[in-house]
Amino acid sequence: MKLGRVIGRVVCTQKMDCFEGLKLLLVQPLDENRREAGAALVAFDTVRAGGGDLVFFEAGKEAAQANPNGWFNPGDAAIIGIVDSINGADAPGGGKGSAS
Amino acid sequence: MMLARVVANVVSTEKHPHYHGHKILVVQPVDPQGKPKGRSLLAVDGVQAGIGDLVLVVDEGGSARSVIGEESAMTVRTAICGIVDRVDIEA
Repeated sequence: MKLGRVIGRVVCTQKMDCFEGLKLLLVQPLDENRREAGAALVAFDTVRAGGGDLVFFEAGKEAAQANPNGWFNPGDAAIIGIVDSINGADAPGGGKGSAS
Repeated sequence: MMLARVVANVVSTEKHPHYHGHKILVVQPVDPQGKPKGRSLLAVDGVQAGIGDLVLVVDEGGSARSVIGEESAMTVRTAICGIVDRVDIEA
């Protein structure tokens, strides 16, 4: 799992049936101090995340398993949780007990 | 498995059912000397680890699911499976 920020939405009319009804979101991976860590990617959503949300996502073959339309699909990144807060990280906005 | 340091605790209400009831921690992979190496990642806790602990982390689905004892939690990939007491380096 990795932390990320939802920075956009990807709209596809023509897509595989297995992605029907799923929201595709653009996610910027972050480190624990919420600094950008790597290139943005597209992940399907399973938790009703939205723009600006701090989320965690799973990448790799395990992501496909989160697809409610069945496990046999090409999804390689899935948003599986919305972060309320991160305790313990030391950067601004990520301090102990801080809200997201 | 890799060595990593627990650096933060992630609180999340809205999450996939496979993660319900499990603590999620941010871990920073480290080398045997304890120096940070590579990018941090999130792991499900299987051994009651806490911030500051040096831990063993598996980043493979089958291993992670066995750590949390839930074979059917198919989206889980990364888990903490041990708290390291010490690392002895020979020569």
